[in-house]
Amino acid sequence: MKEQLEKIEAQAKQELESCTEIKALDDLRIRFLGKKGELTAILKQMGKLSAEERPVIGQLANQVRADIEEALRNKLEALKAEEQEAKIREESIDITLPGKHAPFGKLHPLTKVENEIREIFMGMGFDIADGPEIDDDYHVFEALNLPPDHPARDTQDTFYIEGTDETILLRTQTSSVQVHVMENQTPPIRIISPGRVFRSDAVDATHSPLFHQIEGLVIDKGITMSDLKGTLDMLMKKLYGNDCKLRFRPHHFPFTEPSCEVDISCFNCGGKGCSMCKDEGYIELLGAGMVHPKVLENCGIDSNVYSGFAFGLGLERMVMGRYDINDLRLLYENDVRFLEQF
Amino acid sequence: MNLSMKWLSDYVNVDVPIKEYCHALTMSGSKVEGYETEGKEISNVVVGKILSVVPHENSDHLVVCQVEVGKESPIQIVTGASNVNTGDIVPVALDGSTLPGGIKIKRGKLRGVESNGMLCSLGELGLDKKDFPYAIEDGIFIIQEPCRIGQDIQSAIGLDDTSVEFEITSNRPDCLSVTGLARETAATFDLPLHIPVPSFKGVDGDIDQYLKVDIHNTEKCRRYCAGIVKNVKICPSPRWMRERLRASGVRPINNFVDITNYVMLEYGQPMHAFDLRYVDGAHINVRNAAKGEKIMTLDGIERELSEDMLVIADANKPVAVAGVMGGEYSGIMDDTTTVVFESAYFEPTQVRRTSKALKLKSDASSRYEKGVDPLISMVCLKRAFQLVEELGAGEVIRTVIDCDHTDYIPSEVEFNPAWINSFLGTNISSATMTEYLKRLDFSIENGKVIAPSFRIDIGCKADIAEEIARIYGYNNIPSSDFRGVAKAEFTAEQKFIRTLRNTVVSLGGYEIATYSFVSPKYFDRIRLPENSKLRNAVKIVNPLGEDTSVMRTTTIPSMLDVLSFNYNNRNEKACLFEISKEYIPAEKEKAYINGDTLASGGTKHRYAYSLPDEPQKLTLGMYGGDADFYTMKGMIEQILEELGINDVEYVRAADCEVFDEKYALHPGRSAVILKDGVHLGIMGEVHPEVQNTYKLGIKTYAAKLNINELMSAASGRITYKPLPKFPATTRDLSLICNDNLPVAELEKAIKGAVGKILEKVTLFDVYKGKQIEDGKKSVSYSISMRSHEGTLTDEQADGAMKRVLKALSALGAELRG
Repeated sequence: MKEQLEKIEAQAKQELESCTEIKALDDLRIRFLGKKGELTAILKQMGKLSAEERPVIGQLANQVRADIEEALRNKLEALKAEEQEAKIREESIDITLPGKHAPFGKLHPLTKVENEIREIFMGMGFDIADGPEIDDDYHVFEALNLPPDHPARDTQDTFYIEGTDETILLRTQTSSVQVHVMENQTPPIRIISPGRVFRSDAVDATHSPLFHQIEGLVIDKGITMSDLKGTLDMLMKKLYGNDCKLRFRPHHFPFTEPSCEVDISCFNCGGKGCSMCKDEGYIELLGAGMVHPKVLENCGIDSNVYSGFAFGLGLERMVMGRYDINDLRLLYENDVRFLEQF
Repeated sequence: MNLSMKWLSDYVNVDVPIKEYCHALTMSGSKVEGYETEGKEISNVVVGKILSVVPHENSDHLVVCQVEVGKESPIQIVTGASNVNTGDIVPVALDGSTLPGGIKIKRGKLRGVESNGMLCSLGELGLDKKDFPYAIEDGIFIIQEPCRIGQDIQSAIGLDDTSVEFEITSNRPDCLSVTGLARETAATFDLPLHIPVPSFKGVDGDIDQYLKVDIHNTEKCRRYCAGIVKNVKICPSPRWMRERLRASGVRPINNFVDITNYVMLEYGQPMHAFDLRYVDGAHINVRNAAKGEKIMTLDGIERELSEDMLVIADANKPVAVAGVMGGEYSGIMDDTTTVVFESAYFEPTQVRRTSKALKLKSDASSRYEKGVDPLISMVCLKRAFQLVEELGAGEVIRTVIDCDHTDYIPSEVEFNPAWINSFLGTNISSATMTEYLKRLDFSIENGKVIAPSFRIDIGCKADIAEEIARIYGYNNIPSSDFRGVAKAEFTAEQKFIRTLRNTVVSLGGYEIATYSFVSPKYFDRIRLPENSKLRNAVKIVNPLGEDTSVMRTTTIPSMLDVLSFNYNNRNEKACLFEISKEYIPAEKEKAYINGDTLASGGTKHRYAYSLPDEPQKLTLGMYGGDADFYTMKGMIEQILEELGINDVEYVRAADCEVFDEKYALHPGRSAVILKDGVHLGIMGEVHPEVQNTYKLGIKTYAAKLNINELMSAASGRITYKPLPKFPATTRDLSLICNDNLPVAELEKAIKGAVGKILEKVTLFDVYKGKQIEDGKKSVSYSISMRSHEGTLTDEQADGAMKRVLKALSALGAELRG
């Protein structure tokens, strides 16, 4: 019987060796270990053995069972692992096929850049003020030190509203919001005001009868021109990186004194001079200045106590510079192939 | 203003490269737009002398010249010109030279005879007879200028000036002159400035025998200086004067016209020269025009004047519109013998209003309206006479007329260096400030800065601060970090719009930007009836064109335009949105209020007209892809959900009187969105006719939501509801009902019947067609019920379903068999 047992074990291990399917493994289990299996058949003959032999053979039989069971388990694991691997191999896909997109829209580039500027100013403690786009002559011109017959009115071709004796007009500058804010708020004032403005300019690659400005106004005790420079420096460094340089040039606006135009080092050549900046090394960016004492007084603020600065940025110019857009009209045509790029 | 650098050097000796000059002036406040060097297109053209002229052996009309050009030996040039003779001094373009227009001259053979260059005409050098009146147009330019053989042609004939173009701001009319820019140049580079005081000798004579001047309106004409030149010789002015005028962008005409222009450019004072023959009664009256009085101005147009305009008149008629333009007979003619020179000061507003009313601008009017130096009239008259004598153009009567009502008080401002430093954020010494101001001809007396008479822009401390700052250099002012407490927040509206915008983007909307003004034709294009209130729009008096002439009262047409633009650019789908304003004329007119006097002069006005309302709108538009009524509706539902607006109602737009945009939409496929009776917006499929009008060959959907109403409807607060502890029970229902019964009615009935335990009603199928009787539809719902007190029993659920069926049957909806 001992030989029989050893033979069964050897045979079982050999057959397991050559087995390649999990299903065949079950067959082997039944054949060798099942109720009607070969091992059971041998054990049934145990009765014929002597009392001395019985425990020895019994132990051996249990050992054989345990060995076969272990071999079966090992084989099963090995086959399962193989099967898993095969499945994974099979499931391999072309990972270069495109992904599936959920619908997702885009902000207009004007909004994107405006948001960026709003956030920078919010961080510096500027509130955001709104004002009417259709306003009166007083808020757009007169309070801003542009009395009737002022020659500087010529430079802003104004659209007037019918039936109002040229008293109501489309604002030509967001500076009108300065007046509204100063009328309704006492210093300290720190605001920006983004919005639409209108001038009678025919449409071409760099002009539009409607465009966007962002006005800024700060009024407090002890505000200096140095603060104006610091604020604009900070804005531009945040927008364009620490390498950009600003240049302040004297200019004239009736509502600021001193007034300046601010140029930024050319995005293209960094200040060396190229065709984009017409060899200047700088590109004109915005107008600014210290709020004219007459404007403060017109709005009921004592210019002996308070001072302030104001500035006005052209949003379109900044958007075009930022994204290398060479034609202003694209911004108002709204072709989806344009809009999806931002 | 174009500045001749040669002219500038009369007053200030600035010796820096031109680029550096331009940069420095720009940075001190006189912005340079660019500069142009005359004759820069010409190279390798020299002065030559004709040594011999012999006929060409193979041609009748060519000649062969030997020309001395300052080299070792003369060169041979073949020319077709017939006006060259031995001994003539001529411009010679040598081999390899360039001429204006990019022309290159190379040696070559003409009919077999070698030619080593070209003799040039005036035209070939880019000049004409106005520049050199003694030369002929169609021949070689025979030079009569003092020069030497071999000299560069540019310096030989004075074609080597550099003209710098300045952009002068409206507050600095004094810089519209050579002397003004010389002053700025001297101040910028800290150089001495030399402006001589003009004087003339004159001949004996009594001015009163020749001319009488009366100013009838001394408010509008503060000063009138006049003098007489007799025995005049009208001829071209000398080369130096022509060159300077040309470099300044002014065409030379004749010596008298040139003198008036020269003095205007030099000092900024417009001058006028009249022919005395045409001054009736030899009497000049500066007076208001009579009503309906007419004048033919120099530009050949007859103009009707009004009483508030000022004219220069003789005893009978106006001869010039004061400060704007002369009349047809006022000019200098070839047979003029006696000339009246005028140098006057007219009040800026007067000139501006007249020029605007007549739509007539001139060099003189643009200077007067900005403001000329009120004290310079007589200086300029003397300068003109000095030039008349220098040019030998006539005899000046020594005595002159000066009607002076200027009453000039210099502008004085407190000199407060400490305040200036605290205003600029600088630390400039009082001595340095004083020095800067003196360079600009300001004087300081008793703690006051006194502005020179030509600085009409100075009136307050800040003006002085600017003068200091620009000479000190704006870029030398330090940048300070922003100080103070940073505290800012969005307003509720700004936050709401931010949320709205982000929501629409996350639902797939592409934001667009469109113009606020549209064409009035848009009202027809969206089928508005004649009496629609949307046709009452704010109109622009002076639009660029009809298509931008009214402020939009509805944003829908702008959206349709953009959809159409995209569709016709073959973009197969689009889902767009815009957050922008409409402009609605105000209903009531505000009272006219006159207020306080303004610091800047004038009165603080409030107007008789009210400002329009500018409500913000969210406009949506889509076509292509899976766009249909329900995609648009789903998008709106999701937007409303995100804004916290629940329980809205959709009613047929056709029955609504609030939104006239309904006419642009399909009456069977459009809805108005209501929340507690408030109209939130309108949405739907674009009317087929409108689709056609907008060339949209595909079903298109549009919506407009009122942002103000959305804001009021939005519940600001989100409260957490506990997650369910007990399982839900779900029952499905398939119903048959009349096709025209809105499902909203069914849902309302289900909700009412189930009561408190209702969790959710989900419509999952609507079916018409096979197996369903005509005029009926099958509607399937999944009804989810749940209690927070315990698991629902079958009895509870069945009971609810019984109530539901009963309620539905009242609507004619029965369980599908």
